[in-house]
Amino acid sequence: MSKGVAITGMGIISAIGNNVAENYQSLIDGKKGITRVEKIDTIHKDVIMVGEIDITNEAFEKKLGLAKDNNYSRTAFLGAVAAKQAIADAGITNINKYKTGLISATSVGGMDRTETHYYNYLTEAEPRKYIDGHHAGDSSQKIAEQLGIEKSLVTTISTACSSAANAIMFGARLIKSGQLDRVVVGGTDCMSKFTINGFKTLMILSDTYNTPFDENRKGLNLGEAAAFLVLESDAVVKAENKTVLAYVKGYANANDAHHQTASSDHGDGATLAMEKALKVAGLEPKDIDYINAHGTATGNNDLSEGRAIIRVFGDNVPDFSSTKAYTGHTLAAAGGIEAVYSVLALQNNIIYPNLNFKTQMKEFNITPQLTLKEKHLDVIMSNSFGFGGNCSTVIFSKEA
Amino acid sequence: MKKVYINSVCAITPQKTFDNTQFLEELIEYDANVINVVNPVYKDFIPPAAARRMAKGIKMGVVASKLALKESGLENVDAIITGTGMGCVRDSEKFVSAIIDNDEQFLTPTAFIQSTHNTVGGQIALELGCKGYNFTYVHSGISFESALLDAKMQLELDEAKAILVGGVDELGDHTVAIHKLVNHIKSENINSNALLESKTQGCVFGEGAGFFVLKNEKQESSYAEVVALNTYNTLDEESVNEEAIRFLEENNIEASSIDAIILGNNGDVNFDGYYNKLTSKTFKDIQQIYYKHISGEFNTASSFGLWLGARIIKSQILPEAVKLNITETSKFKTILLYNQYRGKNHSFTILKQC
Repeated sequence: MSKGVAITGMGIISAIGNNVAENYQSLIDGKKGITRVEKIDTIHKDVIMVGEIDITNEAFEKKLGLAKDNNYSRTAFLGAVAAKQAIADAGITNINKYKTGLISATSVGGMDRTETHYYNYLTEAEPRKYIDGHHAGDSSQKIAEQLGIEKSLVTTISTACSSAANAIMFGARLIKSGQLDRVVVGGTDCMSKFTINGFKTLMILSDTYNTPFDENRKGLNLGEAAAFLVLESDAVVKAENKTVLAYVKGYANANDAHHQTASSDHGDGATLAMEKALKVAGLEPKDIDYINAHGTATGNNDLSEGRAIIRVFGDNVPDFSSTKAYTGHTLAAAGGIEAVYSVLALQNNIIYPNLNFKTQMKEFNITPQLTLKEKHLDVIMSNSFGFGGNCSTVIFSKEA
Repeated sequence: MKKVYINSVCAITPQKTFDNTQFLEELIEYDANVINVVNPVYKDFIPPAAARRMAKGIKMGVVASKLALKESGLENVDAIITGTGMGCVRDSEKFVSAIIDNDEQFLTPTAFIQSTHNTVGGQIALELGCKGYNFTYVHSGISFESALLDAKMQLELDEAKAILVGGVDELGDHTVAIHKLVNHIKSENINSNALLESKTQGCVFGEGAGFFVLKNEKQESSYAEVVALNTYNTLDEESVNEEAIRFLEENNIEASSIDAIILGNNGDVNFDGYYNKLTSKTFKDIQQIYYKHISGEFNTASSFGLWLGARIIKSQILPEAVKLNITETSKFKTILLYNQYRGKNHSFTILKQC
């Protein structure tokens, strides 16, 4: 059995809270962060709902103490805030004492600035500072700078909605292989007109609260968020006498190789990802106490994921729920958000309710956990799936 | 730990590089500040109906990976790992401008879907029917190196036996226009042979795809061993040489045993100093090689650098066009590669004859 990689800190900002404690409180109170669009000027504002963070860019600028001529995208603001929390939570004061890297994930990158200034760039000089902030790696460079990470491995993963899960996976492998002693992993994505309209053209945005695993689900709500974990080697944990929050026990990525945007009917990629992750963890399906499902509330995902879960777990499907009804689908950040929620679930022995569920899906008879449930939890599986057939599963455990 | 070998290569660049029977014998000389790839005949590899819908980045990636796979003698691989700085940037441009021009109405999903950074990796998986691990790294000048590092780690630990690794970036009109405005692209046209003498700001933008099959077993077609690879988010000009030596030491290689160094000079007067630090110190008298004068600069241009290193080691031929200095070097056993973009995201790679 392979040994898990220690998680020693975490940070998060989402529609249901600006830090870990606020997020947990909202989760156990059943408090959704889904509202009408307030921060983005879109013609779709009356027909969609989103999970926005109630802090302006100007406030973030102040919070981070940035000079007026900074060229941060909102993705970078969110990421910097969450990553700094994670470092503080891990009690790290000297970041370069150990070989520390950053693996971040984003899909939107600096698109919020690009779509605002797209044509203005051609005629006005002032907004041109944002041109260099467009590419996906820019937010990660800025987060690394905020954390003081220098001369080290800093990179970015973008595999659509599985991105942050993949960042966790790559980070865990870098620790296991001894390439790094410590790595900050997670993801960040802000709300943008680009993604709102993109998902709108795909006709998978709900006009009301998203309802994961419900027969009458109408699609997803987009959300914005960032979340990061600190992973540390056993040697660092020992030397620093660190408190370990939980372990990254197993992980896997597989490809559905079925369609660019849709999942296969029977969830081939998702099944493979869950099975491979169990194998890496050295665990059996029966060892999983709770599944934090991808559960986006689109017709396609929930059917495909549900069937894949049944293929992996047979008649003994563990408790499962999607937390997308709370936060919306936070795209590249989702795997990071749900990693934090999984660790919190392990710490508190709590399973979160799958909000907004009313009607059983007719294609199968598994039902998500509908109420807050106290239960001893040792191992949690978290799924994240994305465009390009990208399927990822990460397994978190209490014990190494 | 297993060793990692480059068993096949394919590069699509502004030169006719996709045909491995040639090795930069005939070069296209450009007088430009933006240069496009020499296209292979895409319909020989992709059904025309599908090709029409595909972004150029997807077409380059799919064809380069099919050619690399063919040369490796494999039908499929265990994993596909892609690097791209900007993804299918034309589709991003198309979708953003459509949102603005049409006030968020009458939009179709194709451009949005193709703008997703992992579209190329996903499409290659679809083409090959590959259900294995599929990652996409999107970190500016080390997008490709991140993919290479991931592949190397899996092969060394025997978590995979054969991995397709590639880098791909395409040019887009709006992206080019705005990068000219901030002087990331030279304001003047420049001849390929005069790039390093330009002494002006910015570089010549190019595009391309470089794909490789890496295995942890050597075979007849093997080009070189990937010995080591390091990336750095920051590195100041003054410490580049020192860091190069430290990197070689870490891998038990003496600087004197390096037969050639492949450098990512792009002619930007503000940033070529990093390379000059190496060529004026430790690597002063060894064979220096450059390539961005014939490929242009793009976030994954260093995949062409790797292609070049691998081909030099396998063929023991150093094409005239890429010589940065004149030396008597005739044996190429160990090659060091160094690249950075705009002073950030540095990488060192060591290739060795196998």
